Amino acid sequence: MKEDLVLPAPREKSAGADGEPLLEVSGLVKHFPVKGGFPIRRTVGAVQAVDGVDITVHAGESFGLVGESGCGKSTTGRLIARLLEPTGGTITYRGQDISHANRKQLAPIRSEIQMIFQDPYSSLNPRQTVGKIISGPMEINGINPEGGREKRVRELLEIVGLNPEHYNRFPHEFSGGQRQRIGVARALALEPKLIVADEPVSALDVSIQAQVVNLLQKVQRELGIAFVFIAHDLAVVRHFSQRVAVMYLGKIIEVGDRESIYTRPRHPYTHALLSAVPEVNLATDDATARERIRLAGDVPSPISPPSGCRFRTRCWKAQDKCATEEPPLVQISGNREGHLTACHFPEEPTTEARDEDIVLDPALAALEEGTPGPEPAQEA
Amino acid sequence: MLRFLVRRFIGAVVILFLLSIVTFLLFFGVPRDPALLMCGKTCNPDSIANIHHVLGLDKPITEQYWIFLHNLVLGSNQFAQGPCPAPCFGYSYHTNEQVWGTLMDRLPTTVSLTLGAAVCFLIVGLGTGLLAAWRRGTLIDKTATAGAMVISSLQIYFLGPLALAILVYQTHWFDKPAYNDFTQDPASWFTGLIIPWVILSTIFAAQYTRMARSSMIEQLQEEHVRTARAKGMSRGYVFFRYAWRGSLIPIVTIFGIDLGSLFGGAIITEYTFGLPGLGNLAVQSVFFSDLPLLLGVMLFSASMILLFNIIVDAAYAFIDPRVRLS
Amino acid sequence: MTTLTKEAGAPNPAGTGPLLSVRDLHVSFKTEDGVVRAVDGLSFDVERGRTLGIVGESGSGKSVTNLTILGLHNPMFTTVEGEILLDGRELTTARESELEKLRGNKVAMIFQDPLTALSPYYTVGRQIAEPYMKHIGASKKEAWARAVEMLGKVGIPNPRERAKEYPHQFSGGMRQRAMIAMALVCDPDLLIADEPTTALDVTVQAQILDLLKDLQQEFGTGIVFITHDLGVIADMADDIMVMYAGGAVERGTTDEVLRAPRHPYTWGLLNSMPRLDSDLAAQLSPIPGSPPSLLTPPSGCRFHPRCTFQERVEGTGRCVRERPLLAPDRASACHLTEEQKRTIFIEEIKPRLG
Repeated sequence: MKEDLVLPAPREKSAGADGEPLLEVSGLVKHFPVKGGFPIRRTVGAVQAVDGVDITVHAGESFGLVGESGCGKSTTGRLIARLLEPTGGTITYRGQDISHANRKQLAPIRSEIQMIFQDPYSSLNPRQTVGKIISGPMEINGINPEGGREKRVRELLEIVGLNPEHYNRFPHEFSGGQRQRIGVARALALEPKLIVADEPVSALDVSIQAQVVNLLQKVQRELGIAFVFIAHDLAVVRHFSQRVAVMYLGKIIEVGDRESIYTRPRHPYTHALLSAVPEVNLATDDATARERIRLAGDVPSPISPPSGCRFRTRCWKAQDKCATEEPPLVQISGNREGHLTACHFPEEPTTEARDEDIVLDPALAALEEGTPGPEPAQEA
Repeated sequence: MLRFLVRRFIGAVVILFLLSIVTFLLFFGVPRDPALLMCGKTCNPDSIANIHHVLGLDKPITEQYWIFLHNLVLGSNQFAQGPCPAPCFGYSYHTNEQVWGTLMDRLPTTVSLTLGAAVCFLIVGLGTGLLAAWRRGTLIDKTATAGAMVISSLQIYFLGPLALAILVYQTHWFDKPAYNDFTQDPASWFTGLIIPWVILSTIFAAQYTRMARSSMIEQLQEEHVRTARAKGMSRGYVFFRYAWRGSLIPIVTIFGIDLGSLFGGAIITEYTFGLPGLGNLAVQSVFFSDLPLLLGVMLFSASMILLFNIIVDAAYAFIDPRVRLS
Repeated sequence: MTTLTKEAGAPNPAGTGPLLSVRDLHVSFKTEDGVVRAVDGLSFDVERGRTLGIVGESGSGKSVTNLTILGLHNPMFTTVEGEILLDGRELTTARESELEKLRGNKVAMIFQDPLTALSPYYTVGRQIAEPYMKHIGASKKEAWARAVEMLGKVGIPNPRERAKEYPHQFSGGMRQRAMIAMALVCDPDLLIADEPTTALDVTVQAQILDLLKDLQQEFGTGIVFITHDLGVIADMADDIMVMYAGGAVERGTTDEVLRAPRHPYTWGLLNSMPRLDSDLAAQLSPIPGSPPSLLTPPSGCRFHPRCTFQERVEGTGRCVRERPLLAPDRASACHLTEEQKRTIFIEEIKPRLG
């Protein structure tokens, strides 16, 4: 990738992180109906994919969403880009409520909010040339940049580190990483103010991931584009996002600036998540060891999530209160400004090893007789 | 699962109901008057009107349809030809025989033809297909694939007369195809049907060979099949226990459709060999604008197709626990 | 030292010498576009009770190698040359019936996606019991009891009932546990795990990795652990072999390879991967370009088109002309001198790792 690329003059920096928020999401809900019943099929339940999410994204900021499968992070991304219509709550973009805006009302906003998808193989039309793919959004929105669309496409190809001469090639002639660059160029074509990137690097090889992460970072910084960066890889999210929200079963359970989330987490789930990340320990001297938390089982079904705190069924600190009362997402004492946690019994703000590992998995506990873990919390 | 089947049965009844309406409307939409065919040489407007009245064709369509439904479910004593117990499709305009009785008369021919052919083409077709998949890439596979390709592109109305010409009329090796009642004379039942069976199943067998081969090869590339081999299961075990199970789904699907339509009347086969089955009856009913017979054959064939569809769905549940338990 | 390379000698009597020894393995496939040289001259050893981590990107040949060990490649399109010795026994020339006796018995495999790797048509219990009946000669009842026992061991709650269920009724993590139970049911000497946690969530991955380590302790199994994730390999492996474009480029113990890597590709991997504690001000330093096509692999060192250190190699164009060999023991296949490798890592690579 060319690092010393001359970029077209960056647009005037928007108000910045202190100004009016670019995007405000509040109480966002998305339920997907579950069909069933007899003899007539009807809606018998709902997958509560997203259930009351509040997010604020400022202009030019990168906001990270992490969580495991089924936590609703991708659905949240699609709602923000209004590829889906929310079941409840509001999405406000630059002061305008777009939660239920129709096609016509969305048209001017579509160009400002773009999406980058995970799979660079299926998200590009194989029968269109790269030029056509990238100029497509301009055509649809009737945008005629100075010097013509082709010139703009060539500029964009250069920005994303592809050869402008490849204008007439087809997606299959490119490697996975290059295809993801084409996806980025397409997203940039309309000079968006917000890009929702849904697992943009997880389908790529390790050596290619870094190329695309760097490209996105350059785009974010130099063009002042705000990002909602969705990924399951905690290290990548930390590298890319100034603020990070951790999701679990359709809810944000902890949010704050990355420093705070990654080194001073309070929610037990954030602790478990961070401690589960396998890491290369490069320090030759045995520096501070990380805590070891091994949860039991998988994430419960979002069709019938646990009452109260949704993490309580896998939490080692859960008490009766957790089943009856949903913990609010608030700044608990000891947290920095803007670091919110939804937990009745928060953990100490450190990721260092504890006196005793927390091993909830019964099989692990049995095999590691020496350090039996506490009994997992029982369903109330 | 049971709920699912009940729902499918209800759906099938609705489809049959709609089909009967469409058939009715089409019949009256066609500018052909059955009375003209029936009144013979001394035809005058009076006699036509009389025939219309006797057949009930002078009543409004809706009323005729209502009578049809009523007779079908409850039977009727209103017919001049005699009583007609449910399921009553009335009496044929052409032969004056009870339609249901006619259907039941013809059914054994069709069932014999279909079942006999099905046994042949399943054994030969699946056997060849499995052998080709087992010996993939060898001469056996290539021969089977090429042969199946050629044969499945042939048609009954080409192969049938050819077989008749050579095997019956020239060499007299076989009897002329005919239907003899199995209970009366099993030997002549067999000899009378052998040529239709062979011809019909040749073409089907070729199709089943191709299908079984490709679906087995697809299954053999499944990851769970590889896992089974990685466990040390023998090739034959993996082939017949793991891959075969999965490849059954497309085979059963197509087999259900084929069996359903064959039971509804293998029109061309029956016509080619002059067998008095349901297919022949269908041709006859159209030819004579015979509404009761037409409705009877139509609804009977459609019921067969729907019935086998439901059987296929039930079979899925036996084959695949994911269907059974969802 | 498990990754010792030595001349293939007389078959080892069981119990001495490496458990698995691969010597100069070449695997190529015939495809419509030409011959793909998926593995090109690979040698490595696995010792009893230890874990060899094979790390590499897609197309590096790491999965092909391991399918070849068990003879699970398609013999119609594949050519295999070289030696694969299990306990001194040659596997590349072994008859299918002999391989069948080894598979699932002495050598077992775990695959990446447990949903597609388990048959949807049979109960989990039956699938676990099958190899036990075949290899141990147990009765149906004994094998079923063993399946239930194994399910309990890998942490499936209520194993007696769950054994009667089908894979689709299990969650992702539970399926992978069932897969592990199936692999270990005959107490194999060698377990080949091909990206066993890639399809899993991170908290579940941590459970599965720890479970594998704990079970290895109990069963004394040798493990070949294949992954693209350096973090996972750091957690799991005793020894590491780094693969690139069909060959090994570096090997050594986990500490050696990760803390003092000696190959530019390994440096590139470490530099392109953010960590939870890496310096936020520093940019990632990706490896330029993309992995090569194995239809037409680059001449000389296969990494040279992407390598930024080739000018420092003495002798112009040596990297393009001459393929560097991987010496026995701790080694890296690179024309840089050992001194250069050490200083470049300490002075240029390590500071960027933050």
